[in-house]
Parts: sequence; structure tokens; C-alpha cells
Amino acid sequence: MSDTLVLSGRWGKPNSASLSTYRADGGYGALGKALGMEPSVIVDEVKKSNLRGRGGAGFATGLKWTFLPKEIRPRYLTVNADESEPGTFKDRYIIEHDPHQLIEGIALTCYALDIHLAYVYIRGEFAKQARILEVAIEEARAAGVIGAKLLGSKDFDLEIHVHRGAGAYICGEESALLESLEGKKGYPRLKPPFPAVVGLWGKPTIINNVETIANLPWIVEHGGDAFAALGAGKSGGTRLFGVSGHVNRPGVYEKACHYNLKKLIMEDAGGILGGRALKAVIPGGSSSPVLAAHEIDISMEFDAVKAAGSMSGSGGVIVFDESACMVRALARLSRFYAEESCGQCTPCREGTSWMEGILHKLEAGHGTAEDVAKLEQIANSIAGNTICALGDAAAMPVQSFVKKFRPEFLRHAEQRCCPFGDHGWGLTQAPQDAVAGPVRYAL
Amino acid sequence: MTNHAGGVEGLPREKVEQFDRELAPILKRYPPDRKASAMIPALRLGQTLFGHISPAVQLLAADRLGTSPSRAEEVATFYVMLETHPTGKHLVELCTNVSCSLMGGDQLWGYLKQKLALAKAGTTGDGRYSLREVECLGSCGTAPAMLVDEEMYEQLTPRKVDAILEGLT
Repeated sequence: MSDTLVLSGRWGKPNSASLSTYRADGGYGALGKALGMEPSVIVDEVKKSNLRGRGGAGFATGLKWTFLPKEIRPRYLTVNADESEPGTFKDRYIIEHDPHQLIEGIALTCYALDIHLAYVYIRGEFAKQARILEVAIEEARAAGVIGAKLLGSKDFDLEIHVHRGAGAYICGEESALLESLEGKKGYPRLKPPFPAVVGLWGKPTIINNVETIANLPWIVEHGGDAFAALGAGKSGGTRLFGVSGHVNRPGVYEKACHYNLKKLIMEDAGGILGGRALKAVIPGGSSSPVLAAHEIDISMEFDAVKAAGSMSGSGGVIVFDESACMVRALARLSRFYAEESCGQCTPCREGTSWMEGILHKLEAGHGTAEDVAKLEQIANSIAGNTICALGDAAAMPVQSFVKKFRPEFLRHAEQRCCPFGDHGWGLTQAPQDAVAGPVRYAL
Repeated sequence: MTNHAGGVEGLPREKVEQFDRELAPILKRYPPDRKASAMIPALRLGQTLFGHISPAVQLLAADRLGTSPSRAEEVATFYVMLETHPTGKHLVELCTNVSCSLMGGDQLWGYLKQKLALAKAGTTGDGRYSLREVECLGSCGTAPAMLVDEEMYEQLTPRKVDAILEGLT
């Protein structure tokens, strides 16, 4: 297995966010190389790379790019930095530690696709990250890297702007993101047409996640085949996996796409806190179906996790030890989806609140076995019946938690209380000694 | 709607002028015929200058962006970081989502309520703090986390929370 660091190699170096150190480390070399290439050749390299979207869906990036209608201009690029899926905390570190890698990726994408205006939609809570990115963009503009010409030489104008959101998980959904960027509330659009055909201000728009775009400099420098070889199957490259919850060393780990989930948790992240036994793992952000402890010896490659009945999603791995109550955890997740449902579709708007209410009742000891059945019925009625994927995202945790931990749910009803008492979140207390973050452990 | 206070005319003139000055560079980020795209940054600017996004501030933003007041209201009420009502001097927002609570976020919520003598989310009697629970802040590997006046604090402990709040002006 490769130990190449495509994305995080410069994290933690002094002034890694500055243009000068980025250039000293060879930064913007890929852009220089690209300007001597035909744009279509870059698109071909991305297709060959097997790069798949890192935001959650895992859609082939090169294929997405080919959906752009050939004749219509202008086209726009929107970079999705609305990182809000519980358990996901990787894009922020790219922006904090290596913003120029993202900017170079944006420039490469725009050059390849004949795009001259790009927006980075960053969630409102990332005020610091937005400032860092704005400083880096201004640096690149002042140095002539972007602006009227690329790298001060190529006749290709490019402007990049940061658009800060204001607190709405739904705006990570790409069509809601466009609505928000147009100055509206974040209501997802009916698809088709997909944004690549009818996007921002009605024009063809490519929307890619921060991590996806940050891979572009490496792909252009080393070639699509080399990137594909870092991964396995139909998933090329490395990924940033975020491990949180009950582990000894939470943090972001850059690993090959097909790295083993159990190894990531038990070795890289240092195993389970307090030496307790593992109970459950959410493998790809809060929306992905939960895995029981015995199900985690799997490759994290997109299709492999799908075969195991879940999703590799955003790479956000949440770990629960045996002392945590799954009803408590699911009740909190369901509250999240009820809070974040935009309210446009009835099944999601009403169903997420019903699920939250039933779970709260169960956790408080007032629920019945019929409530557990009703919970599943509601989740099944939401899934597949909404405009966007938030409905599915709310249903999948409920369906999988109940299926895999049914005795625990029923015990809440039978005992008329939470068997974990006041320790529903487990025996871990808040850490007493803070260490400097972010924490990253390479291979 | 209430609190129009005479609409835009009811807002302090010098602050409206400052709003217009600071809005100008923001508008340059969007094509000239797409000014309405600046609704979130315009309302955020209004919130900073006027304290919260009252109907009058919504009217101001809508007017300057050439769009309808209902558009401004729709945005101001949809996004959780846009405040349509006054808040305390300092806004304390603690994440209690799963990754944070597995690391003590839920306990910290109890601690903060006790410390600020609040039974639930709300504003302290002296108007100094507003406390609320928020959803995942993208700080799961450095949990628990909170925002204070939109700045992120991570790997919190009760003692660290004390120090952060005491450090506020």
C-alpha cells in the first residue's frame, strides 16, 4: 500500500498557507505544466485518475465534467466548502494548512473547463478558514497567479471569490448551495436538469468538493494513471479520513482510498478509549448506515463499503465504544436532521420531527415496542420520497441503528428507562488537557 | 411584521452610510446584474452594524441589492447565523452533536447552563451572554467545540470554557 501524501504533505510546516512556501515546495508547478497542455488532455487525465467526489456521493469527477454542454458560456465553478456533515472535518484543514493547493486546483479545473469565474462556498461557521482563504486568494491575485492572466503569462482570466454561508446544513446539497449563492434560502432544486447543465444563474456549473479539487495539482503533475494506482478498483488516490468519537487519537488521516477501516481505528487512531470494547462505527459521516463492531474489517473504497451495506461518504468515521447508548446517539442525530430539514418536502419536514420525538420518548423511558416499529415505518416512508438526499440521509441512520441494535431499543421500552442511565454518551469525560490540533498521523 | 421603525429612514444615517461603504467591495464579487447574490453578506454586514437584522435592515439590504423585501426576510429567517432578534453582547454556541457529546459536549452544555444560570438556551438577565446549542461545527476531531462570537474554540474543558468567557471584553 502506498504511503504517498497527496493532500496533507505540507500540513504543519511553518507558514504552509503562504504563497512563498507553497512555491518553494514546487507549488503552481502543475499549473505551469498545464498551461502548456491542451485543456481536453487535462480532462482526460482526470478521467484516467479515477478521482471520485470527496463530498459524500463518490461520483466520478471526470464524468461529471463531461456533462457540461459544449456550446454554452459562461460556465461557472463552485467549490463546496460547506463541510457540515456530522463527523466530517477534513476540508477545513486543507484550507487552513494549504489553501494554495486548493487555489491551484481551482485554476487547473477552470483552465481545463474554460471557466473564468469560481466561487468557494464556505460554511458560515468557518470564519477563520474563510479569512485564510481570502488572504491566500488575494496573495495569488497580487502575484499575478490568477486575475487577468494565469501565472502572469497565459491569456486566460480567472477570478475566484469566497462566499460565506450563514449556517444551514442543507446548503452542502449542491442545488441548495446554488440557491444560497443566488441570495435565496437553501431550497434544493428538482433534478434533472443537473447543475452541470442548468446551474448558477441558469448557466452550466461544476460543483466539486474542496478535497476533490485539491487533488488536481498532483494529478496534473504525476498523471492520471499514477493517481489511479494509489487507490484500488474504481477509486483512485488517497483520501482524508476523519476519525472522531471514542478513540485515543482522533484526527484526520490521509490514507489510500481502499485502506482498511479496522486498521484505521485500531492502529492509526490508537484504538478505543479506556481500553473498552468497540460497539459501533459510522463509516462515512452521520448519514451513512452504522456498522456493528464485527463488520468493520473492510476496505474503505467506495464500492467496498457499499457492498458492506453502508457508504464511505465523506470519510467521517465516528466511533462508539460499548459504554455509549445507541438510542441516545440516534436521538441526537435525528434531532440534527429535524433541525436541518429545509421544510420543502412533506415526508422529510414532518417525518424527521416525528422520528426525533419518538426517539426522545424512547430514550426518556416512555416508549413502547410499537414505537420502535413506527420509527422504522416513518424512516421507510421518507427514504426515496424527497427532492434531495437529506430525506435519505435522515432515514438511513434510523433504519440501520434499529436493525443492528434492536435489542437495545426494545430494552429501553421494556425497562421504561435508558439502561445506561446518566451515562448515555459513554464513560468518557471531557478531555482535561488540551493538545494542539489538528492531529495528523501519516502512514 | 413589527419594528419597522419607519423603515430604512428609522436607521441611524451614519450607520447606513457605513453600510453602503462596506457593501460596495462585497458587490464587486458578483456580476453587476446579479447583485441579489450578495444577500447573505449584506445581511451579515447589517447584523454587524445594527446589532440584529430587524425588518428595517431587511428593507435596507433588499433596496441596495435591487430585490424584494420578502427575499431579504426569507434569507434572514432561514439561516441560523442571521439574527432577526437582539442577542446578548456575546453569543456562545456549543456543539452537542454526536462526536462532541461522545467527548463530553453534552456535559459541557449542563456546565454552561449552570455557569450562566440559565435553565435552557437563552440570554442572561444582564444581557451579557446568549447561550444556545448548535449543530456540528466541523470540529469533530478536536471535540468538544463551540463558537463564541463566531470564533471557534476546540478541545474544550470546563476550565477552558471559564478562561474563554473571562477573556471576553
